[in-house]
Amino acid sequence: METGRYGPYGGQYVPETLMSAVDELCGAYERYKNDPDFCAELEDLFVNYAGRPSLLYEAKNLTKDMGGAKIYLKREDLNHTGSHKINNVLGQTLLAKRMGKTRIIAETGAGQHGVAAATAATLLGMECEVFMGKEDTQRQALNVYRMRLLGAKVHPVTTGTMTLKDAVNEAMREWSQRVDDTLYVLGSVMGPHPYPMMVRDFQSVIGKELKKQLIKKEGRLPDAVVACVGGGSNAIGTFYDFIGESSVRLIGCEAAGRGIDTEKHAATIAKGSVGILHGMKSLFCQDEYGQIAPVYSISAGLDYPGIGPEHAYLRDIGRAEYVPVTDDEAVAAFERLSRLEGIIPAVESSHAVAYGMKLAKQMPKDAIIAVCLSGRGDKDVAAIARYKGEDLYE
Amino acid sequence: MNKIADAFNGKKALIAYLMAGDPNLEKSAEYILTAQEAGADLIEIGIPFSDPIAEGKVIQEASVRALNAGARLDGIFEMVASLKDKIRVPLVFMTYLNPVFVYGYERFFHTCKELGVGGIIIPDLPWEEQEEVKLPASKYGVAVIPLVAPTSSKRIERIVKDAEGFIYLVSSMGVTGVRNEITSNIRDRVSELKKATSLPVAVGFGISSPKQAGEYAQWTDGVIVGSAIVNMIAEHGENAHYALGKYISELKASVSGKDTF
Repeated sequence: METGRYGPYGGQYVPETLMSAVDELCGAYERYKNDPDFCAELEDLFVNYAGRPSLLYEAKNLTKDMGGAKIYLKREDLNHTGSHKINNVLGQTLLAKRMGKTRIIAETGAGQHGVAAATAATLLGMECEVFMGKEDTQRQALNVYRMRLLGAKVHPVTTGTMTLKDAVNEAMREWSQRVDDTLYVLGSVMGPHPYPMMVRDFQSVIGKELKKQLIKKEGRLPDAVVACVGGGSNAIGTFYDFIGESSVRLIGCEAAGRGIDTEKHAATIAKGSVGILHGMKSLFCQDEYGQIAPVYSISAGLDYPGIGPEHAYLRDIGRAEYVPVTDDEAVAAFERLSRLEGIIPAVESSHAVAYGMKLAKQMPKDAIIAVCLSGRGDKDVAAIARYKGEDLYE
Repeated sequence: MNKIADAFNGKKALIAYLMAGDPNLEKSAEYILTAQEAGADLIEIGIPFSDPIAEGKVIQEASVRALNAGARLDGIFEMVASLKDKIRVPLVFMTYLNPVFVYGYERFFHTCKELGVGGIIIPDLPWEEQEEVKLPASKYGVAVIPLVAPTSSKRIERIVKDAEGFIYLVSSMGVTGVRNEITSNIRDRVSELKKATSLPVAVGFGISSPKQAGEYAQWTDGVIVGSAIVNMIAEHGENAHYALGKYISELKASVSGKDTF
């Protein structure tokens, strides 16, 4: 396959003002991705700063409650800053430093990527500015404060739908103004090449560890691997090492919001069509004239109208399945996992937990399901309380 | 079809950008004629897109107004068709790739040919991805006008090779919109470009005053004014005819070197 293409998807659909920066990034990533010093430094940050490897936890209570397949949780929520986002951000920020940049910019939805970017920037002595939809700054006010505490400047984005897609627009606009000293640290497996490939590579540590850990515990591969999908970075990171293992089902869980038969969803694979946005050809929720549709999910991190190009390709070739999970199902899983295992999952990850639970019931007891618990749910507690009708504010 | 080359024939071209459907399609049709009467040599008709990543606030807001007023491709094509007998200057579309891709490249460029629209400017279509657009566009005689940025230097030869229409020289880094200062050296950049291409070079992004337009016209074959015109329509809404005509004729005088600045 052509570099930067996943079947018909991917590419580099960005303005000419950004092409030199994108070219420079391609060159730098090719140069450093196998550089022993770079890899050793990143590995050291993973182990001694982010707390890797993350645990693979056997959820015995949840398994018992479902009465079917054994459920394992890959605990990315235990990483420093509370989600898988730190894996990618440490990689890109370290790369930015090697490139001689002094400033990073980032978009964020739920705030997890923004917090991770602010953290990495502080650690590595870089300036950091984060673009976040105004609606999300309100839904995730604590994360805005966290980013500021970490020394980042947060720009609330008031254009368009004021959510993640608009934050990406604004970050791209900002980057096109200042490429010399700045790297755009994109938070998911989306955007122009090399981002979908580079972010996948940095996140693939999830699946690599998972495979090794499960073989040690069970002596075999899982029957299914389940992860939530917005742009799709934790999912591709979890899937990647299993793509060649045809016995392993790969299942991505999209945000169906209030249901895919309503207009209030963010289920790109179920309802989207091929389009071009944010530097890539992929699947998008859009109207018949190619105007990008407003999307909705209870989870700010999945509230994105597109999906990474490699996911669109894995869907086309039938290697991965994608299923819609509603707000109600995600919230029920959020509560169930909290009560049964004492683990409060991020509302994003709760989409994967919800489908993992459903699937476990359909599978025999000797089957194994691994669910990527991509983030912790502390940030979501107030929002879930409000969803359940409690008048609780942060 | 009014040929793009005619806009540059023996004169410095004033290129005016208007957003189709802002404030509504009827008024857009009127304002396109206003621009022609006031001396615009080529008119760029913007097709609004929900996520215009190369635009500053002014054109972003115009896109929102146009989309909210219901401007979609079919309606925009009808509006342009209604002008066919009155338009003497060349027209080009400016839009993002997704509306064109989703409409279907063949269908889109076939329609352009029928409407007499001779070119298209797509800010999110770099040289690397242009093939999928250039093939169907050239089939219907539509020029895909490339943009050259201040950071393009090593890329210029590739970009201008096989280019058609004119070269859109982006004055500064960043997005469209009025600027106080244009930082790159336009004169040097144009002479660099001229070594690589015989096509006309027009400069845009951030040009708003007639004085500025006049200055840049000295070094280039044409000057593109967008946000300042769109701003004027934002301010005057349905009553922009007079202000727009006056402003564009001032720009034209300045670009032609007939001003008093």
